Amino acid sequence: MKRQAVITGVGAVTPLGVGARTLHERWTAGQSGIEDGVGRCSEFEPKEHLSIKEVRRSDRFTQLALLAAREAVADAGWDDGPPVDRDRAACVMGTGIGGINTLETQHIVLREQGAERVSALSIPLLMANAASGVLAMKFDLHGQSFGTVSACAAGAHAIGMAQRLIAYGDADVVMTGGSEATLTPLATSAFARMEATSPTGISRPFDRRRDGFVMGEGAGVLILEEEEAAKARGARILGHVLGFGSTSDAHHLTAPEPEGRGAAKAIELALKDGGVNPDEVVYVNAHGTSTPLNDRAETRAIKAALGEERAKQVPVSSTKSAIGHLLGAAGAVEAIATVLALRDRIAPPTLNWEEEDEGMDLDYVPREARPLPNGDSRAIGLSNAFGFGGHNAVLCLEAH
Amino acid sequence: MPTTITREQIEQRVFTALEEFGAEPDQIGPDAEFEAMDVDSLDLVELAQIVEDEYGVQLKGEDMEGVKTVRQAVDLVMSKLS
Repeated sequence: MKRQAVITGVGAVTPLGVGARTLHERWTAGQSGIEDGVGRCSEFEPKEHLSIKEVRRSDRFTQLALLAAREAVADAGWDDGPPVDRDRAACVMGTGIGGINTLETQHIVLREQGAERVSALSIPLLMANAASGVLAMKFDLHGQSFGTVSACAAGAHAIGMAQRLIAYGDADVVMTGGSEATLTPLATSAFARMEATSPTGISRPFDRRRDGFVMGEGAGVLILEEEEAAKARGARILGHVLGFGSTSDAHHLTAPEPEGRGAAKAIELALKDGGVNPDEVVYVNAHGTSTPLNDRAETRAIKAALGEERAKQVPVSSTKSAIGHLLGAAGAVEAIATVLALRDRIAPPTLNWEEEDEGMDLDYVPREARPLPNGDSRAIGLSNAFGFGGHNAVLCLEAH
Repeated sequence: MPTTITREQIEQRVFTALEEFGAEPDQIGPDAEFEAMDVDSLDLVELAQIVEDEYGVQLKGEDMEGVKTVRQAVDLVMSKLS
């Protein structure tokens, strides 16, 4: 029996506001954090939440991670640093792109003022591992720390690696998640030029009229602890990371493999890792980007992995309908949303879903949240994350 | 231009920079140590850039070695100006 990773704390900063429960409650109530076609964290003002030094020493993607981590640590009931030998405390944080705000700003400095004026802080702020390094320093985590970089699967990959660190015995606690802040001129233009983002600015996953994703920003952080250690210290346990499965499409730089073969395999691996049968899955938090290609391939993948019959019974909804696509933070924020939904035994809605597309006939939980079947069944769900590059990462989660 | 710059002006500019770096205002003074104000090597590189911008003084990393207090930093700038 492998060492089990339990979730003892969660924190999030999203376009729906500051706080993991804020995300859960507002999304469940059918609210959207998307304004003018963008999912900005408008309630997040770095100087209100962080010290002058923290703000100066971090790109926005790290600033978002810092606040989410502070909430997660408080939620887990940590006092001063980790509740175990600090050498056994790890940190794994995903991001799609890293500190692109800093990169763009400093490139303007270089062009307009010359090489001598470029900030010495440029590289430490923009490097994709900055969030994991800063969090390790801030929270006194002396075990392994590194960043995962797999585009929109990065947050889920981070959590998967964290689960593995605990299962293998490399760490007893892991701070993990993802963060992203790419609402910059270059990133916004580049996504638009490749026609990945929605020209109408509407996130409507699985709807016939979907025309691309809506860009978002934010961070999600989870505290994972080895189950026995967590119980010994009397921690409140939110849930389990039961399983993790990951594959590659090896098909195209940006487009998913149309049949969803790699995604289906990742789901199957996550179920197998968690010792879970498809019939035990009561909710699927889809990657559901609102792009024509993803939502079709993902629908096929869910059917292939769970079986056609079971796939049609299970509620499938997309957090991106309410907050847009948080790229490297998406997998982490959505894992948190999944656990909190399972805890409340509710399937939050896919906002803006109105028109069925041909062959896309799953229960997408249109517009309004719906209670999950109660009773004695375990509250097990899946959280899917797929990224440019063909990276597929799926988490199998259980709430308590 | 350099001849008109006073020691007080440089000191004030360093104080302002330290505040921007996140040092507590009541900790800042001529004999305050950078380490005590949580000002590290990355901050000092930025301080050197500011001094260069404002007073045209070139400071390299090695110049900053051994500079532990505001007074020492101001001394260094003054010596380069003269």
